[in-house]
Amino acid sequence: MLALDLLLQGVVQGAIYALIALGLTLIYGLLRILHVAHAALFTLGGYIGVIVTNETGSLPLALIVAMVSVGLLGIVIYRLAYKPLLDQSPLVALIASIGLFIAFEEVFRLVFGSYGLSFENPPLRTQVNLGGGLLISHSKLLVIGMAIIMLSILAWLSTRTRTGIAWKATVTDSQIASSFGINIERVRYLNFFIGSALAAAAGVMVALLTNLVEPTMGAVASYKALAIIVLGGLGSVRGTLVAAIAIGIVESFGTVYVGHILDRDALAFAFLVIALMIRPQGLFKAG
Amino acid sequence: MAYEVILLTTMAITVLFALSLNVITGFCGQVSLGHAAFYGIGAYVGAMLTKGGWPLLMALLPAAGVAGLIGFFVGLMSLRVRHDFLAITTMGIAFLFVGFVRKQEWLGGEIGISGIPAFGFGRIGLLVVALACAGLFAAVTIYLKRSWMGFGFDSIADDEDTARILGIDVPRFKLWAFVIGTAGAGVAGALYAHHVRYIGPDSFGFVESVTVLAMVIIGGIGSVWAVALAAAVLSVLPLWFQFIDDYKLLIYGLLVFAVMRFSPNGIAGALQSFRRRLR
Repeated sequence: MLALDLLLQGVVQGAIYALIALGLTLIYGLLRILHVAHAALFTLGGYIGVIVTNETGSLPLALIVAMVSVGLLGIVIYRLAYKPLLDQSPLVALIASIGLFIAFEEVFRLVFGSYGLSFENPPLRTQVNLGGGLLISHSKLLVIGMAIIMLSILAWLSTRTRTGIAWKATVTDSQIASSFGINIERVRYLNFFIGSALAAAAGVMVALLTNLVEPTMGAVASYKALAIIVLGGLGSVRGTLVAAIAIGIVESFGTVYVGHILDRDALAFAFLVIALMIRPQGLFKAG
Repeated sequence: MAYEVILLTTMAITVLFALSLNVITGFCGQVSLGHAAFYGIGAYVGAMLTKGGWPLLMALLPAAGVAGLIGFFVGLMSLRVRHDFLAITTMGIAFLFVGFVRKQEWLGGEIGISGIPAFGFGRIGLLVVALACAGLFAAVTIYLKRSWMGFGFDSIADDEDTARILGIDVPRFKLWAFVIGTAGAGVAGALYAHHVRYIGPDSFGFVESVTVLAMVIIGGIGSVWAVALAAAVLSVLPLWFQFIDDYKLLIYGLLVFAVMRFSPNGIAGALQSFRRRLR
């Protein structure tokens, strides 16, 4: 029974990692930038989710507000921060992004206070019996459901719509795509919008699970999401998914069985380092 | 006077730390997001030895040795993974180090090691040692840069594949860069442990790794003088900002961002283009 519980816990955690890391993968796939400040958008999503829910009492509304506003902020960040750095070495964008992330965290602390916010009436706290004594809360079910829905929408978007095909063409070769009349700037804006909106959704989900948003909650997300997209093969959407779930499960089992030697984060990274030594190009090829 | 001595010691140790990363990232072009782990290894080795009765000056050698040895293994990893993959692997090393130390009772676990003995020759003595180490390391790296090995580093940083085709022994140079760089960080760490006289897992986290990388890049990758200058200034910047305590990290973050945004080649690059404009 313990094993099933742990597996479930790992899948829930993995679903959240997947939502955060997907945005990063999309951005990396298009621009080759390791976008650390992505985690700040995740935190902001959590804050907006909690504040709007407390003000209006509606969680779905809060989710939509968080995703749209954070998505727009993602576009602003691309326009002001990354666009001027695109022809520099990727290291420059990485350091700029880290600087931005530190600044964002501080802004959250100054604006929202350092103690964090909680829901006044935590939604979806009730438990469901999955049979055989395996209990799961509604909020965890929602997290898994959200991940599946978002990913299905993304898959549909990228394979069945003109925008999606334009996006894939730009990822493959932006110059040729551009000469075929695709507006590359628009694709990039859309990319940052979708990626950031996914991060915001993940922020709201984490807020639901822990009933707490605090300025530093993005720190864990920032480095672990980087590890996940690297493990997944940098730029591969399928690889990111598999890596996210794998790291979630490794963490939930590892903390129980080898938790006395390594802590949770170290476990995830031990797994990453070993996996990369065996497959230096990540689990899947980019594409 | 005491305050200035402490400030200068902090500067000297940070300069040494940043110059050590400069060998790996600046000269050889291998990005490391986990350099604080080697700083930490040096600090823990140094602290354990002096607590066991060794004098600090003798403890510096094993601190450099252990850090360099583990650096050698990370160097081996750098032969297998490259670019962004390497950056994330080294970041993983940093988390492994912190996560490991946290769970080891004999290393003080979460609480860390306190009551590290003071340096026998007092604060001024420590300052002299730190300055000497930083100066020596700077001299060695300037010499390295001009040597054949420096040329090898440079070619790898520029284009690894071409270097390999030209018959440059890429693995050997990479391993040397990692060993020299991490050993330097080990010495810096041991000095740091005896400077603040308390260390814990949180003293060597990801933020410290990023901070030192920021110093190297803000200074201007590869240039010894510019990196030393950036490290000296950035190490005491938070102290100067003390009067705006609440906003100091905000300003620090924005400053890092602004330098990258408006002068992507760092201070060295900005000076160069300024000089060009004067002509």
